[in-house]
Amino acid sequence: MKPPPFVYHAPGTVAEAATLLHEAGEEGRVLAGGQSLIPLMNFRLARPGHLVDITSVRELDYIRAEDGRLRIGAAARQAAVERDPAAAERAPLLVEALGFVGHEPIRHRGTVVGSLAHADPAAEIPAVALAMEAELTAVHAQGERRIAASEFFTGPFSTGLETGELLTEVSFPVWPPGTGHAFVEFARRHGDFAVAGAAVLLHLDGEVVDRVAIALCGVAGTPVRATEAERRLLGERPTPAVMAEAAEVATSRLSPASDVHGSSDYRRQVARAYVRRALALAAERARGGTR
Amino acid sequence: MTDRHRIALTVNGRPCEAEVESRRLLVDFLREDLGLKGAHIGCEHGVCGTCTVLMNGESIRSCITLAVQANGSSILTVEGLAGDGRLHPLQEAFWDHQALQCGYCTPGMLLRAHELLQENPRPTAAQVRAAIASNLCRCTGYQFIVEAVLDAARRLEAGATGQGHEPAASRT
Repeated sequence: MKPPPFVYHAPGTVAEAATLLHEAGEEGRVLAGGQSLIPLMNFRLARPGHLVDITSVRELDYIRAEDGRLRIGAAARQAAVERDPAAAERAPLLVEALGFVGHEPIRHRGTVVGSLAHADPAAEIPAVALAMEAELTAVHAQGERRIAASEFFTGPFSTGLETGELLTEVSFPVWPPGTGHAFVEFARRHGDFAVAGAAVLLHLDGEVVDRVAIALCGVAGTPVRATEAERRLLGERPTPAVMAEAAEVATSRLSPASDVHGSSDYRRQVARAYVRRALALAAERARGGTR
Repeated sequence: MTDRHRIALTVNGRPCEAEVESRRLLVDFLREDLGLKGAHIGCEHGVCGTCTVLMNGESIRSCITLAVQANGSSILTVEGLAGDGRLHPLQEAFWDHQALQCGYCTPGMLLRAHELLQENPRPTAAQVRAAIASNLCRCTGYQFIVEAVLDAARRLEAGATGQGHEPAASRT
């Protein structure tokens, strides 16, 4: 199990990386932490002719709090985000989810943006990006564009990125003070991909929910936003009954794939239970209980 | 066409320069090019952890890291743990607690435990278990490994520097 031959590039700037990718065309792939891509290449499931290593691009290694957003550059490692005080303050949902991404040695190398680009439907960070309505920046040789997380994930391991484009940043809008967050997931072993996971942000106006976001991973070909369940919660007190009903609404129409870890029905039930738990934890935090 | 690159890095404290093919995995570079056979090859897709080495003090999977990506870094392999012909206190504790049977996972376990004790010199048993969850062992059931790491923490805190067992090679 060794990767097939390829040409390795270590550009110093984003512009240089974009030019290299443009020239490589269909043969080009971005290499960041490599924690998904290199295994795929070891298995020879991926055979890119050119790898453009963006971790050598210093301008992409940042975690920045500005304009009410948390901005993370494409070279920033998951472990760096996990221990960043600005990330903990502005996107605690992301930081909580990162604890479920593989194991520490993987997070030392893996990047937040790379996980988005890889778009594994069972992965945690894409679900967080969807719940937080994150925005992605894609750069190509002629310019750049912004892509909403809701438009980005198009299928299993498939995204709206075009040939020759590279993601340079993900930016997360910060929710108001007092927002409760919760990321929970069930996996056969900690660090494995989720059988099902749920990301929730919940804000209270007095006793009733005035803003909420729910996203799931592991239950479909892409991460899923549960907008109908969110509507069910708005204007309501988050009582156990209301949250259980919202969890039912969030998962009743899902038809997750059956696999060795569980049948479709089992996964849906796990998802429902975990949405309920995530809502309960987020509501408790929003009320000022457990942080 | 073979794509080759010149890399310069530090391995176990020694500067090292080499020319490697771009597809050379770090674990193969360490084992085949430098002769450091301590980092083992297990699953070759980043799951089992037996290829664990420290890069700039952080544990990484050397089977899913390219040698060219290690350019400019400082690598510690299990060969760099023992010094002056004496085992590291962690290695002594693994020996005393029989924290290995076949030994295949041991280099990765040692480096992961070493990293843990650097960050958290007095871990709880639960913290040790959480830390080594990244590394598979198919023999021990982990209990003796956890006990060894906790004992190593006590030894290190008491000032142990590796004056106990001599390595097997010099015993015979």
